[in-house]
Amino acid sequence: MKTKEITVHVNGTPHTKEVSTRLLLVHFIRDDLDMTGTHIGCDTSNCGACTILLDGKSIKSCTVLAVQADGKQVTTIEGMANGAQFHPIQEGFHEEHGLQCGFCTPGMIMRAAELLEKNPNPTEEEIRWGISGNLCRCTGYQNIVKAIQYAAEKMSTEAETA
Amino acid sequence: MIPPAFDYHAPQTLEEALSLLDEYGDDAKILSGGHSLIPMMKLRLAQPEHIVDINALTELEYIREENGVIYIGGLTREVALEESDIIHARLPLVSEVLPLIADPQVRNLATIGGNLAHGDPGNDHPAVMLALGATIVAQGPEGKRSIHINDFFEDFYMTALEPEEILTEIQIPVPPQGSGGSYKKLERKVGDYAVAGVAAQVTVDGSGACTSAGLALTNVHYIPFKVTDGEDVLVGSKLDKEAIEKAAGIASEQCDPSNDLRGSVEYKRAMVLELTRRALRDAANQARG
Ligand SMILES: Cc1cc2nc3c(=O)[nH]c(=O)nc-3n(C[C@H](O)[C@H](O)[C@H](O)COP(=O)(O)OP(=O)(O)OC[C@H]3O[C@@H](n4cnc5c(N)ncnc54)[C@H](O)[C@@H]3O)c2cc1C
Ligand code: FES
Ligand code: FES
Repeated sequence: MKTKEITVHVNGTPHTKEVSTRLLLVHFIRDDLDMTGTHIGCDTSNCGACTILLDGKSIKSCTVLAVQADGKQVTTIEGMANGAQFHPIQEGFHEEHGLQCGFCTPGMIMRAAELLEKNPNPTEEEIRWGISGNLCRCTGYQNIVKAIQYAAEKMSTEAETA
Repeated sequence: MIPPAFDYHAPQTLEEALSLLDEYGDDAKILSGGHSLIPMMKLRLAQPEHIVDINALTELEYIREENGVIYIGGLTREVALEESDIIHARLPLVSEVLPLIADPQVRNLATIGGNLAHGDPGNDHPAVMLALGATIVAQGPEGKRSIHINDFFEDFYMTALEPEEILTEIQIPVPPQGSGGSYKKLERKVGDYAVAGVAAQVTVDGSGACTSAGLALTNVHYIPFKVTDGEDVLVGSKLDKEAIEKAAGIASEQCDPSNDLRGSVEYKRAMVLELTRRALRDAANQARG
């Protein structure tokens, strides 16, 4: 069978579609679901622009088949904000000028989401290693690191007051 | 780039996976982390008619220590190894290589079994496993068999695995007291494959004499290269400057790197020489305690 019916839960909503088995997850998200926040930079698993969360783990969706996501939870950049309210990581990128052209930003944010989930208080070095699979063609790493530090601080303050 | 079309199978048990592989033989490819296979399919370097996705076989994801041996399931992800206390405490050589393999997203999916089964001389685990003297367990339609790592890498991208076999386990003897290991990798940028990589593992006795040595190289030969003649020089020596110099010289002369985007033959040999010195010095210092 060269096609398969799959159900993928994207940002909490189940989507059932018949897809070609060779369809890449990033194309399923962008073309079948029309969610174009997830970018394709290199298509060779190098740049990280296509990073999403699959069952909470950050992965490069240009190197995963859509059929591999059957029955799983996918989180994309569209799932980060709470209505009109930015996620703290988005706020960090906004406040600290963490983006220039913005092409790498969705991938950076999704990667930062798992990084901060596992390590809520990362050192600068841990952040730099943590985003080592994400390239910023505008080379804005300095402010990307600051943006993630901003988010770490904000998220831990929120966790304390909650 | 989109991979060529294939039939997709997602077995839920090992038996089911083995029977699919038995049925399709050479026409099938196992998919684990997919981070070598999918890129190769995009480039049409692999065009399997059937994909057998073994990711549901979570019983193959484990790290255990029993009677002086570390047992690692074939489907264990790099990230699980990175987060394992057993690996950090028992196998410093493996802990050192993990953060140097690809990047965090790739390590979230990539498996140690796939890394070895792919037979890519540019992958980092093969040299480490050669230095540690690991054993590979393969399961096929006729049952299980063990393959010593020294007999595992047969040719360029070719291992001793049959198409219908699954690499189910890696067994690594826990190095005894007085051991040390180190991996040195030169890369063009973080996350890249090695320009050259060196894995060294040594054990010394009370007098400081070396009783066993493992030395192997990444990406400078058509297969992961075990430097047997270098190991022979080290065993019995005090791991002093002279012995290390001699072993490093042998490593750099006997490897057979190619001239490519990562550098010229001379450059790679020079890097092997220096990386071998450093790996052996660090391994020896650790072993002496
Ligand atoms: C951007 C990038 C950078 C990378 N950098 C590095 C690096 O620096 N160092 C490094 O070592 N690796 C690197 N890799 C390779 C990565 O570690 C691969 O994922 C790994 O080589 C293969 O593991 P996998 O689980 O993804 O296997 P897959 O891609 O799923 O499979 C690889 C091959 O092995 C076979 N196979 C897989 N599992 C089994 C099994 N259990 N039994 C039998 N056969 C099996 C498959 O059929 C296939 O032929 C990189 C990959 C990418 C995409
Ligand atoms: S598009 Fe997936 S890593 Fe670059
Ligand atoms: S902001 Fe332009 S690529 Fe990162």
